[in-house]
Amino acid sequence: MSSPLDFLTRGPLGEALRRDRRARFGLAIVALFALMALVGPTLFGDADAPVARPLEPPSAAHWLGTTGQGQDVLAQLVVGARSTLAVGLSVGAAVVAIGALVGVTAGYLGGSADFLLSQLINVLLVLPGLPLAVVVAAYLPSGPATVVAVLTLTGWPWNARVFRAQALALRSRDWVAAAVVSGESHGAIVVRYLLPTMTSLLVTQLIGSTVYAIGAEVGLEFLGIGDVSRVTWGTALYWAANDSALLTGAWWTFVPPGLCIALVAFALVLLSSAFDEATNPGLRTERHWRLALGAHAPPPASPTPVVPHG
Amino acid sequence: MAFLLRRLGFYALSAFVAVTVNFFLPRLMPGDPAVALFSRFQGRLAPEAMVALRESFGLSGGSLVSQYGRYLAHLAQGDLGVSVAYFPAPVGSLLAHALPWTVLLAGSSLAVSFTLGTALGVLVAWRRDSVLDRFLPGFLTFIGAFPYFFVALAAVYLFGYQLRVLPVGNAYGADVAPSWSFAFARDVAAHGLLPLATLVVTSCGGWVLTMRSSLVGVLGSEHVRMALARGIPRWRVMLFYAARTAILPSVTSLGMAIGFVVGGSLLTEVVFSYPGQGYLLVQAVRAQDYALMQGIFLLITLSVLAGNFLVDALTVWLDPRTREADS
Repeated sequence: MSSPLDFLTRGPLGEALRRDRRARFGLAIVALFALMALVGPTLFGDADAPVARPLEPPSAAHWLGTTGQGQDVLAQLVVGARSTLAVGLSVGAAVVAIGALVGVTAGYLGGSADFLLSQLINVLLVLPGLPLAVVVAAYLPSGPATVVAVLTLTGWPWNARVFRAQALALRSRDWVAAAVVSGESHGAIVVRYLLPTMTSLLVTQLIGSTVYAIGAEVGLEFLGIGDVSRVTWGTALYWAANDSALLTGAWWTFVPPGLCIALVAFALVLLSSAFDEATNPGLRTERHWRLALGAHAPPPASPTPVVPHG
Repeated sequence: MAFLLRRLGFYALSAFVAVTVNFFLPRLMPGDPAVALFSRFQGRLAPEAMVALRESFGLSGGSLVSQYGRYLAHLAQGDLGVSVAYFPAPVGSLLAHALPWTVLLAGSSLAVSFTLGTALGVLVAWRRDSVLDRFLPGFLTFIGAFPYFFVALAAVYLFGYQLRVLPVGNAYGADVAPSWSFAFARDVAAHGLLPLATLVVTSCGGWVLTMRSSLVGVLGSEHVRMALARGIPRWRVMLFYAARTAILPSVTSLGMAIGFVVGGSLLTEVVFSYPGQGYLLVQAVRAQDYALMQGIFLLITLSVLAGNFLVDALTVWLDPRTREADS
């Protein structure tokens, strides 16, 4: 019998969850925020409306106080989760998809195609991402679509480099040669033969890229790129910094969104590293070996007993 | 030498790409700097001025090729156009005033963070199984999960509002004039301390983890065991045999880190109203000052390329293999 939650108990993710406390903690946090993003906006409705006087400290009526414009901080936090996480995940998925396709193609084809694609990847990697994203975004209409577009533009080369290295390692395998001989096209070999062997890399890269995307997205929104009238964690920080909330001591306007961003990122990193270790035994740290060997370790050395002669 | 020349060629190519992207952006994207400036001076400009504006931005007149030629010629003279946000100041002089502060902040935070993080990495690898090694990596990963500028916001709140022990905002006080004096240097240091500290706190975790895992790998290698067997003191082996080799991955990622640190430093400047490129960038975004934005992008890109070249030179000095590959 298979259920939709089977992936939690089977395969490498299941193994990571069984073995690793960090993985369980990470998954729990991610699930909590995912739930928040799904049901939050329906629970709180319009988080943009002013409900009380500006910059009120936390109270029974407004658990996390109010913003500089009198909005409820908790409502903004819960409602903002959806947009923030949706943009993060979209960028994560887009950069992995583009990076994997370009990287694997370059590594598999080799020769001058690889040379050209690698040069493109390396040039884009060395250009500083944030200023490039800002300059491109400034010419586009502000909003989440623009943020996704510019972060995808600056983020995919990282993935392309990782996937290219992986494809280089695989291209000389016999089964790739067999596929070539059997008349498969280059495109089919990349998509149907090479990429399916990289699922664990795809998962860890997806998680890592989502972490990158959330951080970069929040940074852009903090600069005022993107639509500052939308409710997201990034714009919450933008308004906290611009409503002089800091210098009036209104810590409750910037601590909750910052903490949420950090928690999501931290949980994803934990999940990713546990998953990585489960799929890639070479990465297992000596800690795990010691745990595994612990029961069989030799007892601590003791001095040879000296038997006194009577 | 061949290695460095090859890298130099690559950076020249990257610079060319940046310059060309910079040229095509205003011409291919939907936004129009002339329209933005026009709407900023609502009603105060005659419609005919629009034509003149487009011309002054170099957006019209002649074919694309001749526009590109003029653009390059202007660039070579350091002419980056006129700022809208600080009208009528030329972009070039705004950038020149802001550059030293960004180089100071990004450069010193990268240096401190790399040195401190790598040293800590050696320490935790040296004292494996200690309490420090059990908790430090996880703790640093958690701290590293915070956005750079969030830690900066917290620092402004804590030190600027609650404790009022350090100045927040600007690079030096209103009561001191820039000069090569001790008093001025002390003032700059006091103003730079918090931005620097927030950048170091959020970025040094990566260096600790890189150095630790690399060093743990190297410690198992033959040359380290040989050195220990010869009776060389443990600390000497650690520093001059193991760490010397283990630092290479950190140095290699130093080049990649430059771009990130500059990005983080831009955001940190915004929080602290530190008068560098990041602060200018926000003013440019608010005023839709395209010329200023593009100038910042170009200058930062060129600085990052220069920084990467320095890292390459450092790699050649540290890693004999890059030198051998030449002969």
